[in-house]
Amino acid sequence: MRFMMLMIPKGYENAEPGKMPDAQAVAAMMKYNEALQKAGVLLALDGLHPPSMGARISFPGGKPTVTDGPFAEAKEVVGGYWMIQVKSKEEAIEWAKRCPGSENETIELRQVQDFAEFPADVQQAASGFKEMQEQAGQRRGS
Amino acid sequence: MLIAALARIVRDVGLAEELAQDALVVALEQWPVSGVPNNPGAWLMTTAKNRAIDALRRNKLTERKHQELGREIDSQQGKAMADLDAQIDDDIGDDLLRLVFTACHPVLSTEARIALTLRLVGGLTTEEIARAFLVPEATIAQRIVRAKRTLTEKRIPYEVPRGAELAARLSSVLDVIYLIFNEGYTATSGDDWMRPALCEDALRLGRILAELAAREPEVHGLVALMEIQASRSRARVSASGHPVLLLDQNRALWDQLLIHRGLAALDRAEKLGGEPGQYSLQASIAACHARALTPDATDWARIVELYTELAQLTPSPVVELNRAVAIAMAFGPAAGLELVDALTSEKLLEGYHLLPSVRGDLLSKLGRFEEAQAEFGRAAALARNSRERDLLLDRAASCGPR
Repeated sequence: MRFMMLMIPKGYENAEPGKMPDAQAVAAMMKYNEALQKAGVLLALDGLHPPSMGARISFPGGKPTVTDGPFAEAKEVVGGYWMIQVKSKEEAIEWAKRCPGSENETIELRQVQDFAEFPADVQQAASGFKEMQEQAGQRRGS
Repeated sequence: MLIAALARIVRDVGLAEELAQDALVVALEQWPVSGVPNNPGAWLMTTAKNRAIDALRRNKLTERKHQELGREIDSQQGKAMADLDAQIDDDIGDDLLRLVFTACHPVLSTEARIALTLRLVGGLTTEEIARAFLVPEATIAQRIVRAKRTLTEKRIPYEVPRGAELAARLSSVLDVIYLIFNEGYTATSGDDWMRPALCEDALRLGRILAELAAREPEVHGLVALMEIQASRSRARVSASGHPVLLLDQNRALWDQLLIHRGLAALDRAEKLGGEPGQYSLQASIAACHARALTPDATDWARIVELYTELAQLTPSPVVELNRAVAIAMAFGPAAGLELVDALTSEKLLEGYHLLPSVRGDLLSKLGRFEEAQAEFGRAAALARNSRERDLLLDRAASCGPR
């Protein structure tokens, strides 16, 4: 099963554009990332620029509306993530506990939904993609 | 995990396996009464270690071994609980690898290596292993017992080989890992077409190995192959549990993360240089499919080239059969059928359901429905996986009178 480990650094919601972690913290984190990799559990990881460089798209009344960051109402934001593949939630928790996190950091652990978990009708709905894809293929071919 | 860690302590995989099973039995008896302990893994390990001492006394093993084990357990028991919290760290990977390398030791026959790894690392039953290799269950059971005895008698060190030996022993390990993957990818028996946990186990072993033997192109080739094949897991089973063939799959369901990882691993293999090995070649073939946004966009001519290279490197009727499929896709069903017909007298393909299945497919494409129907029927009779059998029966029915 897959888990997303979402790193939530306190204060990141107000970070200046281009804010980077310090070298010492990165070095410790690299060691941790290496351990994840060596154990064969790491699928992907990334750090995210602060919200001040991003945008939010909401849909009031079903219409997309764009708000540039930072976002005054945001209390906590994601600063980065790891995607891991493990045997159990317990194993995922063990891995998260071993992260060299600092006082102001929290990791939120969330299991990735597995396609096989979806009920039949949702799986059916997903196969609607196929027609879209075939149409796209025909367009390319023509 | 338990077996791997125990084997490191008692240096006997057979004994380790029994101890782990014993501990599980005790847990099943006690936990419903006493409640599940805070750290079940550590509890099991401690119980198994205590059993290890009992077992050694009972079996009157040599005093030397007894003392050695006793020392190790004494010194470890104190910190065992603390240590075991961290069982998830690199040690687990190392233990698993030690177990894989020991199970794949050259002192054992290839058959024994495969059987032992599937049993101890893959957790398959002897019956499943027997079906995977089309031999009676008793043969596999005996093979495993003998393999364990050989490892004990020859005092095979429980370790990951180093230096030149590592390279030499790697190919055997790669073969075994891929066999485990395949058992998960297309289960040889039962009602489930796939056993994803087995694929994940094999992938994890492969990824660990890729870090440990980072300079070996074939390790990355194997990882690339498994990542790309695993990327299709979601698409190759329909909502009703039936298999969906590659060209009929909904490519939007292919896991782009795994495809990306697979292509990166293939790139890593290619950058290391040298003639591509069998896994890199197979990964390149899988990559041709992964890169094609639609089935029509598949570069079949390139796939034929790759299969031709593969057939030269590892000649086998199964590779020939796949090459025939690629030739049919690139140059028409008649060209493919010619090759498949030549394979029908092949002894090794006797009882292999994919031969009549492919032949039926090509015949139906040529409009020879009656012959196609007979071939699909033959394939269904040979298929051991019930989901696969259903698919073949459906295809046979669709070739019926129209």
